[in-house]
Amino acid sequence: MYRKKKWLGFLIISPTLAVIGIFVYGFIGATVRASLSDWNSFKKLLSGEFVYTGLRNYERLFADWRFQTDMWNTLFFTVFFLFGCLLIGLILASLLDRPLKGGRVFQSIFLFPMALSLVVTGTVWRWFFAPGILPNDPAGINVLLGQIGLKSLQWNWFTVTDTIGPFNLALIPVIIAAVWQLSGYTMAMYLAGLRAIPESMTEAARVDGANAWQTFWKVKWPFLRPITLSAMIILGHISLKIFDLVYSMTGSGPKNVTDMPSIYMFEKTFRSNRYAEGSAIAVIMLLMVAVVIIPYLISTLKKSD
Amino acid sequence: MRGKTRNVGIYVILLIFAFFFLLPVYMLLATSFKPLVEIGMGTMWLLPKQPSLEGFTDSIQRLSPNLWNSFLLVIPATIFSCLLGSINGYIFSKIRFPGINLLFLFVLFGMFIPYQSILFPLIQFLQKTQLYGTIWGLIITHVIYGLPITSLIFRNYYMEVPDEMLEAAGIDGAGLFKSYFLILFPLSIPGFVVAVIWQFTNIWNEFLFAVTITSDPKKQPITVALVNLAGSQMIQWNLQMAGAIVAAIPTLLVYIFLGKYFIRGLMSGSVKG
Repeated sequence: MYRKKKWLGFLIISPTLAVIGIFVYGFIGATVRASLSDWNSFKKLLSGEFVYTGLRNYERLFADWRFQTDMWNTLFFTVFFLFGCLLIGLILASLLDRPLKGGRVFQSIFLFPMALSLVVTGTVWRWFFAPGILPNDPAGINVLLGQIGLKSLQWNWFTVTDTIGPFNLALIPVIIAAVWQLSGYTMAMYLAGLRAIPESMTEAARVDGANAWQTFWKVKWPFLRPITLSAMIILGHISLKIFDLVYSMTGSGPKNVTDMPSIYMFEKTFRSNRYAEGSAIAVIMLLMVAVVIIPYLISTLKKSD
Repeated sequence: MRGKTRNVGIYVILLIFAFFFLLPVYMLLATSFKPLVEIGMGTMWLLPKQPSLEGFTDSIQRLSPNLWNSFLLVIPATIFSCLLGSINGYIFSKIRFPGINLLFLFVLFGMFIPYQSILFPLIQFLQKTQLYGTIWGLIITHVIYGLPITSLIFRNYYMEVPDEMLEAAGIDGAGLFKSYFLILFPLSIPGFVVAVIWQFTNIWNEFLFAVTITSDPKKQPITVALVNLAGSQMIQWNLQMAGAIVAAIPTLLVYIFLGKYFIRGLMSGSVKG
């Protein structure tokens, strides 16, 4: 009886397993294969001939100044984006974790950007941070800054080519837009975590004379630590593959100041027909995401057993 | 007394945050309701003197074929992926055999991959099957790559249904299908609400598949049309901003009316077992 059920169960999910097997793993295999080929023109692709070129496409990429810039941009974008979302999410959740008149309204304000398309966000923030032609012809936020007497803060936002070391300052507006969209997510995660803490524990800490700071670190933080890790991984994997927002907000920018691997991959594959190099970028993106995601998936599912 | 002053402090901080969160929204609304003659940098941050629906009528006229495409895409893709997710979630949560968690992991990984890593073979596949450039090509794509998340949402949901309920039916001689249709399916409405909202929002908002699988502007979903509109109308900011609102309205309505379920979907995205 039970044995029959197990076989039937397996049978029911087998189409899904097959489809995922082909469309996820099989296609990843095909992309890896393409990345090792010489399909760097439409003619070569059309010939259907597979010429193995080893890691030549990867070598070319890592020697490519634009791709190096992309990797630095991804690194800095990810670090600041994560930091911003976690910090703002934690602050908002701590403030809202109490009976507060209008608390729900504030929550909705901070969370609604999550419902928007990254493309909508990109379009709106592009107009917001459009620098105009400084100093005489400002646009976007620069207009407002000029009108309220903060002319000194006018700045070329996402078109500046200034850097601090390898960090392109033009990324700052993009990071602000991304934090605006996703810090509501961390707020919701932290809020759920804070509400799961038994009141008796915070009460006990208060009775023992702990101040707010001590209560936070000694009582609340142990509950919030695993949430922080989850949020870091979910947001981190989003930022490693970010495309829509940057594509619609700034594109590559002057001197690739806001370029990302995803944009370079898109242009290589769909604009210049360099399929093999485009595939190599895709494989590198996959590896970056896999390093973050696989250990996380294994550990969460182990815990649930 | 002390509590009261502390609350005032909290409100002040919350209001500061709310101000910065709503500043782009203010700009969006102020720009989109301006007639074209009022679009100028000097008046950018002022409310429109003569509020006008010009931007909206114009952008709806341009975007309406794409809005329609998005509905044609989102509705079937959401229905199919949720039905499949429900059945998968049932098996993954209720049938125990060795290796099933590993199989679930195998499926789940598919929702985290950068789709760039399957995009080129996918497009070749769609070209070979004559689905490239069609709404059906996009529907199939979203159903397939939606399988991991919908299976996860339903698995998490069915985990909460006590096994005894199904076993009781099993004793009555109900088979695997019968216990699903008679017991689990009728209990699944909240699960479906979460999964439907999640898929609706994600597919509506999606851009990468949309821009690479459809090339004919008449067949493109709203997100692609919005980017093209923004790219081609550099001066008519009222049109662009109104277009952004038009593109966002369906998912915003879902958020406003079904926000609770939206948040639940958000949470299940973080995998909890």
